[in-house]
This record gives sequence, structure tokens and C-alpha cells, in this order.
Amino acid sequence: MSDIHPQAETQARPIVRIGRFLKDNPVIPLIALLLLLIGTLELMRPGIISPFWAGNTIKFAIPLAMLAACQVLTMLTGGIDLSVGIVATASAFVAATLTPLVGPVPAMLVAMAVGVVVGVVNGFGTGIARVHPLIMTLGTGLIASGCLQVYQRYVIATGTDIPAILEWLGTGRTAGLPNGIFLFVPFAVFVLWLMRYSGFGRLLFAVGSNEKAAQLSGVRSWQVLMALYVLSGLIAALTGLLYLGMIRAPSLSLANPLMLPSVAAAVIGGTSIFGGRGSFAGAIVGALILRVIETMLTLARMPEGARIALFGLIILAVTALYVRFTEQR
Amino acid sequence: MSFVRRNAWTLGLVALMVVLLGVTRLIQPNFGVSGLESLARAALPFAFATAAMAVVVIVGGIDLSVASMMAVCSVTAAVLMQTMGGVPAILITLAVGTLMGLINGVLIVLTRVPDIVVTLAMLFVWEGTALLILNSPGGIAAPFLREAIAGSVLIHGLPKALILMAIIVAVIWVPLKRSKLGLAIYATGSDENAAFRSGVAVGRTKAAAYAVCGLFSAFGGLSLLALTGIGEPVPGPYLLAAVAAVVLGGAVLGGGIGGLLGPIIAVFILRIIRTILTLAAVDPNVTTIVEGTIMVGVVMFGAFLMMRGRSPS
Amino acid sequence: MTSQTDPMSSGVTDTLLDAQNVAKSFGAVRALTDASLTVRRGEVVALMGANGAGKSTFVKILTGAIRPDKGRVTIRGAEARVGSPAEARRSGLVPVYQEPSLIPDLDISDNLRLGDTNADTFRHWAAELGHPELRLDAMIRDLPLATLRIIDLARALASTPDVLLLDELTAALPTDLVERVLRVARQQAEDGRGVIYISHRFAEIAALCDRATVLRDGRSVGDVDIAPGIEDRVVEMMLGARIDLGQRAAETARPKPGGAPRLRVQNLAAAPKLIDASFDLHPGEVLGVVALEGQGQDELFEVLAGMRKPAGGTVEIDGAPALFRHPADAIAAGLKFVPGNRAEALFRERSVRENIAMPFSARARAWGPLRLRHEKARVAEAVERLQIDTRAQGEVQRLSGGNQQKVTIGRWLAHGVETLLLFDPTRGIDVRTKRQIYPLVRELAGQGAAVLYYTSELAEVPLACDRAVVIFNGCVVDIVEAVDATEERLMRAAYGLTSAEGAA
Repeated sequence: MSDIHPQAETQARPIVRIGRFLKDNPVIPLIALLLLLIGTLELMRPGIISPFWAGNTIKFAIPLAMLAACQVLTMLTGGIDLSVGIVATASAFVAATLTPLVGPVPAMLVAMAVGVVVGVVNGFGTGIARVHPLIMTLGTGLIASGCLQVYQRYVIATGTDIPAILEWLGTGRTAGLPNGIFLFVPFAVFVLWLMRYSGFGRLLFAVGSNEKAAQLSGVRSWQVLMALYVLSGLIAALTGLLYLGMIRAPSLSLANPLMLPSVAAAVIGGTSIFGGRGSFAGAIVGALILRVIETMLTLARMPEGARIALFGLIILAVTALYVRFTEQR
Repeated sequence: MSFVRRNAWTLGLVALMVVLLGVTRLIQPNFGVSGLESLARAALPFAFATAAMAVVVIVGGIDLSVASMMAVCSVTAAVLMQTMGGVPAILITLAVGTLMGLINGVLIVLTRVPDIVVTLAMLFVWEGTALLILNSPGGIAAPFLREAIAGSVLIHGLPKALILMAIIVAVIWVPLKRSKLGLAIYATGSDENAAFRSGVAVGRTKAAAYAVCGLFSAFGGLSLLALTGIGEPVPGPYLLAAVAAVVLGGAVLGGGIGGLLGPIIAVFILRIIRTILTLAAVDPNVTTIVEGTIMVGVVMFGAFLMMRGRSPS
Repeated sequence: MTSQTDPMSSGVTDTLLDAQNVAKSFGAVRALTDASLTVRRGEVVALMGANGAGKSTFVKILTGAIRPDKGRVTIRGAEARVGSPAEARRSGLVPVYQEPSLIPDLDISDNLRLGDTNADTFRHWAAELGHPELRLDAMIRDLPLATLRIIDLARALASTPDVLLLDELTAALPTDLVERVLRVARQQAEDGRGVIYISHRFAEIAALCDRATVLRDGRSVGDVDIAPGIEDRVVEMMLGARIDLGQRAAETARPKPGGAPRLRVQNLAAAPKLIDASFDLHPGEVLGVVALEGQGQDELFEVLAGMRKPAGGTVEIDGAPALFRHPADAIAAGLKFVPGNRAEALFRERSVRENIAMPFSARARAWGPLRLRHEKARVAEAVERLQIDTRAQGEVQRLSGGNQQKVTIGRWLAHGVETLLLFDPTRGIDVRTKRQIYPLVRELAGQGAAVLYYTSELAEVPLACDRAVVIFNGCVVDIVEAVDATEERLMRAAYGLTSAEGAA
């Protein structure tokens, strides 16, 4: 009960209140921040903001937001899924290489199965062997990338083909908006429903908020974690398919650059990396914010290294602020 | 008797290593001095990464940014060696590594964010820093650095790389372990609360352990440079390998138990397995998969042991 | 009973430790309001108090583990600015804590080195305490608990403290070692040092101590010289003037429990503290459990809740043997557990409704759409019945302690109660809420539920229970009917004063 570092009680009351408000409504200040950033961008390069630019930003924010859903869902339980980048890559690569061999639909199904397999291994490691999710998903990511290399050996000769539906989703536009939203809107509705109106979603919050209390309520947390990581793998595989349609050039590192921003988007969106609190709506706005920031960094000719370092600092700063807010009680 | 019992795990690892070397010899009768030398050379960065990880695991933490810090040190030294002598460049690199580790430690103590999260964020910060220093592989290695790990020393078949590593680790670790600080590191990892009650400055001890981790990472970065002759800004696959070797080497994730000898022997075991697979003409990518699976299996086993160890208390 | 120590005529040099008007709050909980303690040269002072009186907080403040909000601690007349245990040690106060503060993965000599303790002096004291053969290269984690306590004490003695603080040191020791410890502690006092002695055992206090300071509800309520027959006086002080907890509701005609028991526990043992517990719990009955802290009641409840595996003995439910591997098994068997520490049961950041409704979603087949209407009705019913104040909706952590506790109980009311395991449900909550909980428990029993009710507040037993089992040293030592369950009777039983084996 008593800690080594007992907290002083009466400090920074206003900070607590602001923190509380932000925790309860993470989306409102985030949208304000997004608008502020867009305004700054327009100041930096007048005329850049256009319907086309907006459509493009949304288009590239979609796969990021989908991977961020993996992070939001796993972070709800106090976990994280670092294998999503490689799963998305593998799913895209498998789909592209199998399409000429077996046709688009079976190829896409096999691609989704990749996500399930990695998810099962992750679920076993975190739920049953109780390895820290960070280490576990890092490890499965490593193994999966090895498997992908081996797989590449055997199929490279067959050539690649991208299913038409994916190309339509990835590159087409309808009324100025990218067709990706036809996949994304139902997906987002599903995730929001899952988090708010399903028993499973409730258990995610419960396991992350207080695993012991969840057990005392009769929850077998390994079941929850197993299902969660399978779901995360499925989402990552689906994202890979969409991303394949967007980039149209399968490679062995296709979606890997999305991994770190997906964590950042979730954290910016108000999801606690310690579990029990998270918002997918926030993560969507977070993904948009990251895309806008990326545009700004590109305009400012910021090198790749600074971008990566900046994302790291954002994650650390947001988490440290979070700890500050929640420790005062 | 007591020596044997106390070091049973390490002795078992040595035995396993000898057996594996024998297997190597069986598969490839030509495996001899040069094979041993290249094995030791290739193991060098892994060994330092593992030593770095072991120190923070003993203090009860973990450092996911080890590979990134190695990358920073490798490019720092490669860039510096273009303009100055090898020795000052090495000294500056070691200082940079220690400073990075110290920053990690201080951030963990001050922000009270769990070590695993802080070092995950710092993994990216250091990775970005490495790219800022050197955007693509470049720089040079001082010739003597490359020399230092090639070939044998004293007698034929005693790889220089091995001796160098043994000396560096011994010079840093042995006095540290005997010192009050070393004791405090073990005490903090074993039972933070009891350590605090026994008068250990827990926060300072942790920060110091992370600084030592940074120092070993710097040696890891230098050995990377010595190995390839070029500064490489993209972190290599050392993180998971280091965690696996630490666990296999008898240190317990959670802290307080283990040393550096076991984990370093574990590094060699993992490298020998790789050599065996390569000699058996297994596809190098399959080798990666096998290796990854072994590592994940080892870490799972370690987590399982930790759970068993905690349950009765 | 005078609550202030007399101003001393012999001057300050005689006073080794003087703590005055110490107060400390944790959030809304006031652990200490006004605690004082004086130790003079050549004295052994007992610090006594019932569960939750604030002893452990007071000890932590004296030893520098936490800082007080108010009040002052002086050691040998100098204001002790103790920010850490290390500083407290340097200032002359050396504690031996309730749980060993040795590093499990180091050997003895390293542990001594950590605190700059002289090995030879340590050996001398270890020998004095009956362990002349102790090897300094022995690993702490390989040693039995009793030896660890001796090492802790020898290490403390080796630093020649002005004031030695012993917190429940003898609880884990066999009788012969207890005698040696008492002798050494007495010797410290003879040599002109001071000792603070904390124990639940009257026999030891009577044998060793000169004075006793009694804490109650975070306040020093008395300072008495130890003399024969003092026990009753101290018990009275620890109980204090009683707060009116209300009257027991008129008894609904309860069928005498003659039928088959709902729950039968036989010779149950569970590591580390529960040794032998047997009792029956019938439908319609509230069975109290009375015990001092750490007598094995935690283990008993954890086994019944499926959180801990028993080391021996049997549990039967409705006549069928039961073995729980997971709390879910216990819940399926109808045993619903409300833990003593609310924090263990609550999802702090989630709403009242979610907290109460959580068991509905626990099984995998309920992972689909929430049955919102059904859930809302059941939760509303529980909230209504418990009168939970839900104005502070949103997060459970923003509710008062009493309302939080009601949420933990309400969860099982909404889910249905066959057998309820309540572990100290009224700890740290306001009187009004307490008064609501007793009739509720009676009402549940009236509807046929079986309730096992551990309480640290003895006055609750006649209010809520039909019978009470008393546990001491891991064994059930007594079963008291509610009509006989006066606080004095229970307190004496809980201190092992009634039965022969109480002397241990």
C-alpha cells in the first residue's frame, strides 16, 4: 500500500483538473491541435491546403489509423503489438505473390491467416507464458520476418499481381475522398462498437485497468489476451492488404515504417500505454496529426533521423505527462 | 563443492558450449583456428550488447535501446576517426555511450515511467540520432581497431577478439561487482524495498547501472565498427538476442540474480548454433527463424521461471 | 487515562526518543491524527493498538520511511530530520521491521556490507541470539524465516543503536528464541539504551516492557506502566469509547442451521500462515471471522475465493468436494469474494455501472453485444438497494471510500449471491455506510445466502453475525455465539488469552 516514494498530496491542483478533462475528452483538444497544425502548415506554404491535399492526407492516414487500432486495443490491456508492421508487410507480400497462383480471394484469405498465426503465437506468449508483450511481439516479428525471407525465396519467380479490389480501395477516389474510407468507416465503426458496446471490449479495459480485479470478477485473462492478439494480427493483415493497394509495389519492408507512427498515434490519441484507458477516435485524429506533422517536416526538409527521434520523444513526453497527471490523487 | 553448486548453471553452459563445439567439429572436420577466430569476432557485438543488457536486468530493469545506442556509438566513432586519431575517438565514443545510458537511467528515475516504456521511446530517439550523425553507412575505422579483433594472440587458436572482450568486461565488471555500487545494484534488483531500508540510494543506483549499460553498448558499437570497417546507422538485431542470452545465461528478468559470465557464454552458445546451422548448409533465412524461435522460447522459459519464483511469496 | 507524557524533571539527556503530535494522511484517509511516544534511557516501551490504529504508519514515520504531515520527532534532544532509513540509522534509531529487510539474493556478509555493519560484532550478537554457527556466506533466500529475523536483529544490534525498534519480531520465532530475544532486549535497556517493542502478545509485553503506549484511531490514548493485571486496562484502551454502530435489526425468524451446510471447511491449511481451520457455514447464516492481523485469515479467504491453492484439508460445497484453480471456478460454485482492499476489486478508471456489471461479461460466451437493458436493470437494482451515491459518475476512483466499498458488494448483488465472502467490508469507511452494511448482510442471510464475514472491528460481530470463529496463529481457537460475543471476550480470544495454546 505505502510506496517507497510517497506522493505529496497537495500539488498542482489545476494541472490535475486540466489533466482530468483531457483524459475524459481527448478528442476535443486533439481536433483543436489538428486545426492549429493545419493553420501553421498553410502559413508555412500558402496555398498548400486544398481538397486534393486533404484527400491525400486522409488516404495515407487510414492505414496508420488501422494499425493504431492494434496498438489502442492491445494497450487497453497494458500491452503493445510491435509485430503489426511485419504482419502487414507479410500479408501484403503473400497476397501479391499468391494472386497469380491461386486467384485474388484465396490469396487474400491466406494473407489474413498470416495475421491469425502470428496473433496466436503472440497470444500464447503474453497470455499463457506471461512474457512482456513488448518482448514477445518483437520476437514474433523477428521470426515472421525470417519466415517471409524464406517464403520470398520460393515464390519470387512467380511474379506478383495485385487484386483489383485492393487497387480500387487503395488508389481510387470517390467525390474527392479516397476509396479507402469504404473499408475504413465500417472498420472504425466496428472497433468503436467493440470497445464500447461489447463484452469483449469491456474486458479489455478491465484486464488493463486491474487484472487482479478482473480475475476476481471471474475473467480468465489468458482467453482475453489470446483473442486480443489474434484480432490485432487480423487488423494488421487487413491493413497490409489495403496498403498493398495504395503502394502497389510489394516489398519485404512495405509497411515497416508504419510501426512506430502507429504507436505514436495511439499514445497521442489519449491511450494509456499502461492500460485501462484508450480511445480509438483519439487515435484516428492522432494519425491525421502525424500525417500533417510529417508534411511539415518534409516541407522543412527535416531529415529522416530527426523524424524518428521526434516520434520517440513524443511517445516519452506524452507518457511522462500521463504519469504526472494520474499519480496525483 | 559450494563453488560447483553456486555456479552450476554457468558450468552447465560451459559444458553445453564444449559439446556444441564438438558437434561443429563433427559436422565440419575442417573447423579449426580460423573458424574459431571468425566465431569470436562475429560474437563480439552480441557479447557487449548482452553485457550491457545483463547489467540493467540485474538492477531489475531492461533496456530496449541497447542496439540503437550501439548504432549511435558506431557512427560517432566512424565519423570521428575521419578527422582525429583513433584513441581520442574511442574515448569520446565511450563517453557518449555512458552519457546515453545515464540519460536513459535518469529519465526512468525522474519520470517514474516504467523502464520498458522509457527505453522503447529512447530506442527511437537514439536510432534517429544515429541517422542524424550519419545518414547512410560511412566513415572509417582506424586500422588498429580492425587489427585488434583479427587473428589470434599469444598462442595459435586463442582468438584476439575473445581475449579483448574478456579483458574489457573483466576490467569494468570485476571491480564494479566488488564495489559498494555493485552490491547496491544486486540489492536493488533483488528487492528494491529491502534495499531502500538497508540504506541503498535506489534511484542513483539505477541510474548508474544504466550508465554502465551505455558504456558496454559503446564497446558494442566500437566492435561493430571494427568488424565492418564502416559506421552503420541502422540498429542491428541485437536487442532480442541480448535479452535471450541474458535469460539463457542465468540472469532472472526481474533482477538480483546472475552475472556477466553466464550471459556471455550464452552468446557463444547461440552463435555456435548459428555456425552449426550454416555449416549444415541450412538456408541463412531459415537459420534466422530457428534462432528467433530459440530466443523467443528461451525468453518464454525465463518468464515462466520468474512466475514460479514469485508465486510463493 | 492521561494522554500526555509527564514533563520530565531529570532533563533532556534522559530522553532518547521523543515523538510528539505526529499526524499523517494518505489522500482522504487519516492514518495518524495525533500520535506521541517517548522513550527514556533504560526503558523498554511497548507500542500497542488494535488493527488499523496506525501503528505501522507511526513506525514508518519514526524510522524515516515516510515523512509526517505534522508533528516532530527528536532523538537525543536533536530534531531528527530523517528522510530515509539510512539517515534514521545514523541518528541512532535502528528498526527491525515486521518483514525481513534483507536482500534475498545476497549472502549474509554482503548484506552486512550494504549497511556497513561490522561482521565480528554481528557474529557476537548472532551467537548471543543462539546462532553461533551462522555461516556468513549463506544465501539469505536459503535461510528459514526464523533465522532471518535473528539476522535482522543481530545486524541492528551490531550498529549499537540508541533506540532499538522491534516490530512484531517474535511472531515467526520458536519459543526458545523468543526467550533469547527478550533477554537481549532487556539487556539493551539495562545498558542504558532504549527499546520500542511492538507485539500482539501480552505475555511477552508483560515479561519485557516497562511501559506501554496505546494507539487508537491514529491517536495516542494512553501511557501505562506495565503491572500484573494490566491486560484488561489495555484491552479497554484499545477498544475505546465505542461509536454507536446502530442496533441489530430485529431478527427475522431464522431456522436453526440444522440442515446440510452450504460450505464445509475441514482442517484447511494454506501457506504461509493458515495451519488448521475447520468450520461449517449454513445457508441463512452470517459467520463472523475474528483474528488479529496476519493470523491466517487472508489465506483462508484466498483459498475459498480460488486465488490460492490449499496445502491441505478440504473444502466442500453443498456436500461436494471443491477445488478452485481460478476465481472463475469459485464464482461458478457460488462463492463471491469481496476483498478487504477495495483497490484489488475495482476498475478505478471505469464507471460504477461497468464495475458492477463486469461479471456479466466474464465468460467467453458473453463477449458479444452487451445486454444493455438487462444490465442496466440489474445494476440499478443493486445501486438502489445499497444506496450508492452515483452523482460522481464516470470514474469509480472519484467516489468516496464508502461508496467504492458498496460498489464491490453491489457487483455480487447484481450477479446473484449464494455464498458471500466479505473480508473486512467496513475497513476505513464512514459510520453511516457501516450502518447500512450490517442490515444488508442480515437481509441477504434472511433471503437464504450464506455469508462469511471477517471483520477487524469486533463491535461488528454482534451486529452482523450469528456466530464467529476466532483464528489465532493459523488455527481456529474458538467459536463464539453472537449473544456471547462481547468485545472483551472476542479480544481476549483473538489475543489467544482464553485457551491454553494461546501462550505459544
